[in-house]
Amino acid sequence: MTRTLKTPALWVGLLFAILLLDMPALRPLFAVSFPAVTPEIFDRAGFGELFLSHLGLVAASSVAATFVGMALAIFVTRPAGRDFRTTANMLAIIDQVFPPAAVLALAVPALGFGPKPTIVALFLYGLLPILENAIAGIENVPTALREAGRGMGLSPYQLLRDVELPLAAPVILAGVRVSVTIGIGTATIGSTVGALTFGTPIFDGLAGNKLPYVLQGAVLVALFAIVTDLLFGLLARRLRPPGS
Amino acid sequence: MTEPMIEITGVSKAYDGRAVVSDLSLSVPKGAFCVLLGPSGCGKSTTLRMINRLVPFDAGTIRIDGEDVTQVAPQALRRQIGYAIQSTGLFPHWRVEDNIATVPRLLRWPAERVRDRVTELLTLLRLDPDTYRGKYPHQLSGGEQQRVGVARALAADPDLLLMDEPFGAVDPITRDALQAELLRIHRTTGKTIVFVTHDIEEALRLATVIAIMESGRLAQLGTPLDIIERPASNFVRGFVGVQGIELKLLAVRRVADRVRRGEIVAGEPIPADATLADALAAMIARRVDQLPVRGEDGQVGAIALADLLR
Repeated sequence: MTRTLKTPALWVGLLFAILLLDMPALRPLFAVSFPAVTPEIFDRAGFGELFLSHLGLVAASSVAATFVGMALAIFVTRPAGRDFRTTANMLAIIDQVFPPAAVLALAVPALGFGPKPTIVALFLYGLLPILENAIAGIENVPTALREAGRGMGLSPYQLLRDVELPLAAPVILAGVRVSVTIGIGTATIGSTVGALTFGTPIFDGLAGNKLPYVLQGAVLVALFAIVTDLLFGLLARRLRPPGS
Repeated sequence: MTEPMIEITGVSKAYDGRAVVSDLSLSVPKGAFCVLLGPSGCGKSTTLRMINRLVPFDAGTIRIDGEDVTQVAPQALRRQIGYAIQSTGLFPHWRVEDNIATVPRLLRWPAERVRDRVTELLTLLRLDPDTYRGKYPHQLSGGEQQRVGVARALAADPDLLLMDEPFGAVDPITRDALQAELLRIHRTTGKTIVFVTHDIEEALRLATVIAIMESGRLAQLGTPLDIIERPASNFVRGFVGVQGIELKLLAVRRVADRVRRGEIVAGEPIPADATLADALAAMIARRVDQLPVRGEDGQVGAIALADLLR
């Protein structure tokens, strides 16, 4: 219990939850700091609603990126897929250098406004760290272990499931962690094409010159990212293989 | 001893056109302790790995107990053969018990039988089962890890054990103990062992038969004594002709191998498991040319100076 109290995840999470549920409590603060802006608190959508939508976008794209990234990593580390290793990495790097804003602009004509182009952009942007870490994690499993496993009669699938993936898990998780954390920040631009995120107050505030909205959106998205990162930290500690 | 456990006939293997093993033929009798010996790159490790099909070979046949290995599914084949490698290859995220149980579990032994077998093997390798079964490999010393590696190779009670420089990464004192352990296991279980090393002393100590390899070919096949006394080529002579190797051979051979059973000689007997070097030292010290030998059950015979030279 004391250990739970000591983790910053709890405290930052609490701060995040309070702001999320009761931002209007800060109304007097914003009224004093920015007397020209009314209403003081962004009210085109509830913060809870923004959070759920933001969370949904990141979750959908991250689950897809994790699934595809892992599948590709597993494929290119098999004997049959080894020739595609460089190609897969290159593709992931290419889609990483396209700014998500550009991907959004290209995706809108095909998918329309709303959450869909945002999910596509986040998916492509989040793929590289997952793919790279999964490949590195699997390739870093010592040859001697693979050799011993094969020599004892483990099938390729058993070797993957019982040896390679458990040993690569911390590195794979680190990739997912980076991908998700970056994705939370990047998702805000989805609001430029009509998705609801913490970016919505930010862009509204920028367009209407209402700084409090920008602050409200920015603080929430930052806290969201930090809490998520801290939670991944806890998960990583739990997932660490017992033999290390 | 006449029936071969492994019969390698005309086997070749090339990587990218470079021959690693060329037209190798080698027969290992049942119950033999066969050491594949040679400098690095001579193909000894490749040969070992062709036996359990970790390395596919280009030509020739390999039979185990009369059965062509290519006619058996590779995973089924490997589960019948014990396999131990250098640096142990123990799975770091599995406890000692799980590591040893790898092959029995692949063979779907019932949990009870697996547990009993782990206990039996830890005991055989002189590791206290209660202390060690729950430990992770990183909690063990190098020597203990090697013991677990050997236990794992023995787990499903295979008739054949393949060992690829299993003691290459441990210190000399630990290696000495592990070699003694392996010899004891070989003597008590009668398993056929194929063991790869580049260390001539290790080969002399362990082998009943040594296959010396040179550039993918068999340079000589024979008992340790054959190889020292009648090297087949300059290569073999150069490889085994280490200064004082004959004395080292005395230090690894046991009195029990040379004893004249039933002969009775006066004096303080020496134990049958003493080395020939011990016997020679005792003869020099006592200025005699024969000694009584005591086995575990009283006197078994005598050994003479001439027996050391056989």
